[in-house]
Amino acid sequence: MKRLAKWRLISLFAILALILSGCGKPFVSALKPAGEVADMQYDLMKLSTFIMVGVILVVLLIFVIIFVRFRRKDDKIPKQVEGSHKLEIIWTTIPILLLLILAVPTVAATFKLADVKEMDKKDSKALVINVRSHLYWWDFEYPGQKIVTSQELVVPTDEKVYFNLKSMDVKHSFWIPAVGGKLDTNTDNINKFWLEFDDKRSNEAGNLFYGKCAELCGPSHALMDFKVKAMSRDKFDAWVSSMQDVKEPQKAQTDLAAQGQDIFNKSCIGCHAVTPANKMPETARLAPNLTNFGDRSRVAGILDHNKEELKNWIKNPETYKPGNQMTGKYQDLTDAQLDALAEYLMGLKVQE
Amino acid sequence: MSTIAQKKGFGATLWDFLTTVDHKKIAILYLIAGGIFFLMGGLEAVFIRIQLAVPNNDFVSAGAFNEIITMHGTTMIFLAAMPLLFAFMNAVMPLQIGARDVAFPFLNSLGFWLFFFGGVFLNLSWFTGAPDAGWTSYASLSLHSKGHGIDFYVLGLQISGLGTLIGGINFLVTIINMRAPGMTYMRMPLFTWSTFVASAMILFAFPPLTVGLTLMMFDRLFGANFFDVTMGGNTVIWEHLFWIFGHPEVYILILPAFGIFSEIFSLFSRKRLFGYSSMVFATVLIGFLGFMVWAHHMFTTGLGPVANAIFAVATMAIGVPTGIKIFNWLFTMWGGSVKFTTPMYYAFGFIPSFVMGGVTGVMVATAAADYQYHDTYFVVAHFHYVIVGGVVLAILAATHLWWPKMFGTMLNETLGKITFWFFFIGFHLTFFIQHFLGLWGMPRRVFTFLPGQGFDAANMISSVGAAFMSIGVLVLLYNVIMTSVKNVKVGNDPWEDGRTLEWSIPSPPPFYNFKQLPLVRGLDAYWLEKMDGKKGMTPAEPLGDIHMPNSSFIPFMISLGLFIAAFGAMYHVDKVAWALPVMIFGLLVTFGSMFVRSVKDDHGFHIHKEELQEDKGAKA
Repeated sequence: MKRLAKWRLISLFAILALILSGCGKPFVSALKPAGEVADMQYDLMKLSTFIMVGVILVVLLIFVIIFVRFRRKDDKIPKQVEGSHKLEIIWTTIPILLLLILAVPTVAATFKLADVKEMDKKDSKALVINVRSHLYWWDFEYPGQKIVTSQELVVPTDEKVYFNLKSMDVKHSFWIPAVGGKLDTNTDNINKFWLEFDDKRSNEAGNLFYGKCAELCGPSHALMDFKVKAMSRDKFDAWVSSMQDVKEPQKAQTDLAAQGQDIFNKSCIGCHAVTPANKMPETARLAPNLTNFGDRSRVAGILDHNKEELKNWIKNPETYKPGNQMTGKYQDLTDAQLDALAEYLMGLKVQE
Repeated sequence: MSTIAQKKGFGATLWDFLTTVDHKKIAILYLIAGGIFFLMGGLEAVFIRIQLAVPNNDFVSAGAFNEIITMHGTTMIFLAAMPLLFAFMNAVMPLQIGARDVAFPFLNSLGFWLFFFGGVFLNLSWFTGAPDAGWTSYASLSLHSKGHGIDFYVLGLQISGLGTLIGGINFLVTIINMRAPGMTYMRMPLFTWSTFVASAMILFAFPPLTVGLTLMMFDRLFGANFFDVTMGGNTVIWEHLFWIFGHPEVYILILPAFGIFSEIFSLFSRKRLFGYSSMVFATVLIGFLGFMVWAHHMFTTGLGPVANAIFAVATMAIGVPTGIKIFNWLFTMWGGSVKFTTPMYYAFGFIPSFVMGGVTGVMVATAAADYQYHDTYFVVAHFHYVIVGGVVLAILAATHLWWPKMFGTMLNETLGKITFWFFFIGFHLTFFIQHFLGLWGMPRRVFTFLPGQGFDAANMISSVGAAFMSIGVLVLLYNVIMTSVKNVKVGNDPWEDGRTLEWSIPSPPPFYNFKQLPLVRGLDAYWLEKMDGKKGMTPAEPLGDIHMPNSSFIPFMISLGLFIAAFGAMYHVDKVAWALPVMIFGLLVTFGSMFVRSVKDDHGFHIHKEELQEDKGAKA
């Protein structure tokens, strides 16, 4: 009996410690919202948790009293009570009221988050990005700016950014936890929503948010991470300009890179573009756009961004992302060839 | 056929169980088969947690992991939880209403063998590649999945599901038609009520699954394009069909669990259930509302704000009848004389665990916030809290509660409590921290996670919990073996406070259950008689001949035929020569057996009055 009570106390402290110890990392945690959408969702989380903890406390109180007061002491048969009309009414109406308190903000938020009217307006200044999910990478087209990039989404802060979401093979789901909830990318239709990236909190999170695929899509579902670079509008415009300036494939800067470019042009270019202009229809974009590959923070979305890991990836992509669509599409390369190719790719930059 | 116990050899016992139509023996079959699948599902869970204990782990490959999570979910829901609940519904419900068997004993057996063969078929997929698209098997990924894994899923669940549907119909008719004299609907025990509502839900929920599986079967095996978008199909319709089944399914699981706990709270508090009519009403309301909320699994699919808002509010509404039940259980104990036996330990553990699962359920019902929770470990935590904290604790409790009624022996109380503590502590250790993992950004169904995101420690803690749960289960297995070996027999009311009719007859009951159908004078019929100083129930009829059904091997054959046909259907798409003949052969076995059953007269047999007069409650 005493043992039981002590266990409860210990577990209560453990839970408290856990709650206080972790709100997660600011670049990937929904508990560290960095935008208007995540803020709204975090507020709903807090409201629902508050109400529910209240319910739990009431239940626990009755529970503990029963545990202490009504354990069997003798052989007497207790009074058989049929019920209590009054109590039934109380514990029906109070929960209904509590749910109403929760339901109203929920419905309001649901409608607010679905408001994408701006996307349909002619001459809208809003930024629209077409997201296309693939096995196992992400394609980002900026139709207004006429550029395409992949794996690393670049967005301006402090304004609503609108998204057209679709999948090109199987169902995936587009999720940037610290910035807002997810929306599935279906093969059937285009889904639309908006996100907003708060400037101050983006800076606090290191200006690099983690994006996740959130729908089982195959063996490498866990490895379909993408990144989001959030920067001020000015910096964003500068990036867009730099991308738009790349009208033809950038020339390699060193001899080694030039060799790499030769190799690239013989085979890789069949799927991977190195210019951002989106003249190809989206169904023809079979592989990530590599225009600014050198500026990115990861290789293949998950590996550290350095020459060594890049060579490892190209040499044997299947070990890093089982089931990926690049495996077996090209002949084996020698170490020297890999070195040159990696040199070329690491040099593909639009920013200094 | 004598009613006196006969010593049977192994062969004779095996044949007995292969051909039995006795609900009590079928219950034991469900318990054993469900138990074995529960162990398999548990092993799959252990593998999942070993793989996720540390980042970038390579205990299993990515593809194998997806197979393991798919099989874990599918096995636990379809092949463990449902059958184990069916075991108790079969064993106890007919006794609680004072009936001699279910309405259709032959179909009862057929239901079991269909489930069994469906489950075996599904698990044979391990040899050539198990399904890997999750237990939800969403259409685009399922069509994309190579190998026959998904086909095993589709055909295995189709066969098993047929068995469940048959079982559900059987229970419905039994409860409607075969209650003993005086047993009005409002005098039925809550476990019988929950069996009734769950069976009605099975009747309406399984057909959508059948439809979805049939469409998927046609797409994968016979060249159709229901789900192929490039050919004009639609993948979202699979989600609708699956969840129109899937959501009621989880209420089908929890309602019998609620029924079990109603019996336990009442029995071990020596008090009648508080608010009986409210409890019945709440059960029916949960059953009804369970069909109104399926799209809360699809909040992020893109149905639009109107649909999301409606389903969010409807989902929150289910919290009300559930809350009513929690309070009524607490007030059953209030003012009572509570004895802390092993079943009561489980009931006590259920209250905080299920309430936590229920409140996180209300949280995920808030659609806009669910955009964050969906497909993350937050949801995994929620549903394990309600399923493990609700259904599994109920099954473990019922195992202890009704073991004497089913087997005539009592499971050891000390070992039972040890199992409880290991399992309960392990359960909370594994799943509580997962709420945070989801909120910190960890999606679900991921075979690994990268370091540096703050997920490492929590995953390790979660994996340690799995070890605790495993120990608890092993102790339970030891308990079962020791109890069977020691074989100490008990009487009809071993818990001493039995209130309902099953405790008024021997443990285990004679194969005809009641020598004379009992006269029911009110709720908690047996308790009423005990309080009036009587030793047993007053009979409602004179002693007479009892009509009993014959055993039959045909249910086994019907199920075997479908099992064989499924292999043919599955390999037909590979264009092998033997596939079509095998499929036709299997279907011939099934329909041939059905034909034999339809055409051959089988009138059962009679136990004569004279045999009953000598029989002082001996077991068959």
